[in-house]
Amino acid sequence: MVRLEPRRQHSQAMVYLSPVLAILMTLVVGGIIFAFMGKNPFDALYTFFILPINNSYGISELFVKATPLVIIGVGLAMGFRANVWNIGAEGQLTMGAIFGGGLALYFHDSESILLMPAMFVLGALGGAFWGAIPALLRTRFNANEILTSLMLTYVATLFLSFLVHGPWRNPEGFNFPESRPFPDAGLLPIIFEGSRVHLGTAVAVLVVIAGWLLLSKSVIGFQLRVVGKAPQAARHVGFRQKRMVWFTLLLGGALAGLAGLFEVAGPIGQLQPSISPGYGFTAIIVAFLGRLHPVGILFGGLIMALTYLGGELAQITLGLPNAVTGLFQGILLFFLLACDVLTKYRIRFGSIAAKGRTA
Amino acid sequence: MNASLVKRTLAAVAAVGALATGMGAAQAEDVKVGFVYVGPIGDHGWSYRHDIGRQAIEAELGDAATTSYVESVPEGADAERVIRQMAQTGHDLIFTTSFGYMNPTEKVAKQFPDVKFEHATGYKRADNLSTYAARFYEGRYVAGVIAGKMTKSNVVGYVGSFPIPEVVRGINSFMMGAWSVNPDVEVKVVWANTWYDPGKEGDAAKALIDQGADIMVQHTDSPAPLQVAENRGVLGFGQASDMIKFAPKAQLTAIVDNWDSYYVARAKAVADGTWESQDTWGGIDSGMVEMAPYTNMPDDVKALAEETAAKISSGEFHPFTGPIYDQAGELRIAEGEVADDGMLLGMDWYVQGIDAELPK
Repeated sequence: MVRLEPRRQHSQAMVYLSPVLAILMTLVVGGIIFAFMGKNPFDALYTFFILPINNSYGISELFVKATPLVIIGVGLAMGFRANVWNIGAEGQLTMGAIFGGGLALYFHDSESILLMPAMFVLGALGGAFWGAIPALLRTRFNANEILTSLMLTYVATLFLSFLVHGPWRNPEGFNFPESRPFPDAGLLPIIFEGSRVHLGTAVAVLVVIAGWLLLSKSVIGFQLRVVGKAPQAARHVGFRQKRMVWFTLLLGGALAGLAGLFEVAGPIGQLQPSISPGYGFTAIIVAFLGRLHPVGILFGGLIMALTYLGGELAQITLGLPNAVTGLFQGILLFFLLACDVLTKYRIRFGSIAAKGRTA
Repeated sequence: MNASLVKRTLAAVAAVGALATGMGAAQAEDVKVGFVYVGPIGDHGWSYRHDIGRQAIEAELGDAATTSYVESVPEGADAERVIRQMAQTGHDLIFTTSFGYMNPTEKVAKQFPDVKFEHATGYKRADNLSTYAARFYEGRYVAGVIAGKMTKSNVVGYVGSFPIPEVVRGINSFMMGAWSVNPDVEVKVVWANTWYDPGKEGDAAKALIDQGADIMVQHTDSPAPLQVAENRGVLGFGQASDMIKFAPKAQLTAIVDNWDSYYVARAKAVADGTWESQDTWGGIDSGMVEMAPYTNMPDDVKALAEETAAKISSGEFHPFTGPIYDQAGELRIAEGEVADDGMLLGMDWYVQGIDAELPK
């Protein structure tokens, strides 16, 4: 029999090395799978991981794709550190897009430079509002936030669907389910001419820095870490856990809402029934890939974004199916979790007999 | 920088560009055709049929053409990048096969004037951007005639995707076909709000059958509603492709999308250099809309269906022939007239007699 035994001490270096190891093993296994599919594994891996970013346009697209993942991931990581499991970032993203995007639709003739800042505020508020509901349910009724936040995601996407099919439908759009295009004043400025890299990408970098400062330098960051790692001790010294629930869900919601606003005011430019291919869920993987550390999340977001771009190019140039993207993301997550387990536990063989006697 | 330097720089850039395109042409004499699909090619419906059309190009043009595709591309921020990647990787002709790709296709088409684009079911065109679609409402009228004859409960269940003109037009056409042989038929519509989600589509079908429907019609892409019909012992119609193997006892016929000859013709046009931007809306006569074999029905119904399809194909009959009133009782198409394409393309009203409300 095989069993896992907790390590008394786990190597700090391995905590940071395990994502790297996981990526390397993903490459090896991915190469083997490509070989089985009759493709040259080196060509295929090159197409998947290098070709998408071997020109400036590709790199710019990588930033565009990583922007929402990083912003949401940083927000989620704060909660995960304090054992607050917000799984509903996708819904908070959607509400941010509705609130902020709704403003752009209301002022669709506006040329005011105040429109964009106001959209930022409303986008963050929309997401925070959607995060506040699970926070209230958890602190008041002790309802599990995993369930409530996840289920609110469906409410949010259906609400968006209702709006673009009904009251917010483009009057000149032949009854198609989409809003008017946002006015120019409601579109994020492009940072690099000729690309789709928008102001939101710069905000993502700021979010990473702010998140890092918050975690490492602030009192509340310290409280987050203690509440997560040693809840008993935290109670003992008087850290209020309810406050942590509120803080992390509001912050995570606000950042997800901002990310949603950036999608609709950036690359999409209007509201439509589907505005995110599951960024809110992918960001959970990103947060763990980045070791719940804002700088790590920046890299994690870029790697996840790369798997999407690589999957598209693998389809175009190699004729591989779309499932290859999900496959790579799955293998990566599997190896990451496996590495984490082996960092914290060691494998013991053949000790079942000894255990049997004590039982 | 002074003016002459600018000119010289521009000339150098142009020369390099010409060299690059020249090299590209020398390497690849063949036409490179790309497809962007909204669903997986295994949906057995919409995207599947487009992919059959892609394979027809390969079969017909042989070495003269290479094709590629990207499946399950979300109709959001990702579409623009995928379309652009295709344009950048040397594709000469790119088909974007869902309505939601309209704005990104238009945007990329502007940036790549030498690449030809074709967008299915949209209305924005440019010098290098064509649109194409098929008059599926013709097939739906034929299906309606069959349903009117075959229903016993006089309730038809209709799984809709989105209340867009394409789908509303289909419901209207189907019901007018049904009433032409049986004025007592009523329709119940469930909006699945998706093009492809077998679970949701199947649930909608179950709910409709529970409400007494004994004919299942769908405007979503998976065979799920028809499979539910098969399991529950009622009849139904296949969507986009012949789905008889999913429902050997239930399928009456299917409205089959046949893009093969269109795709082959357009790829050849690019190869010959005769491609021009145009708007194509083909019906039964063009071969774009096909009726799968009529099954699970008596011979007289089959004969009636064949006759109806033949009349529509020859132009002798148009499904939208007046007088047609909308639900509010307003005369939309006058006696003896037929709907023009503009009205059909923007149709956002139900014909009188449909006892349901369009989602507003």
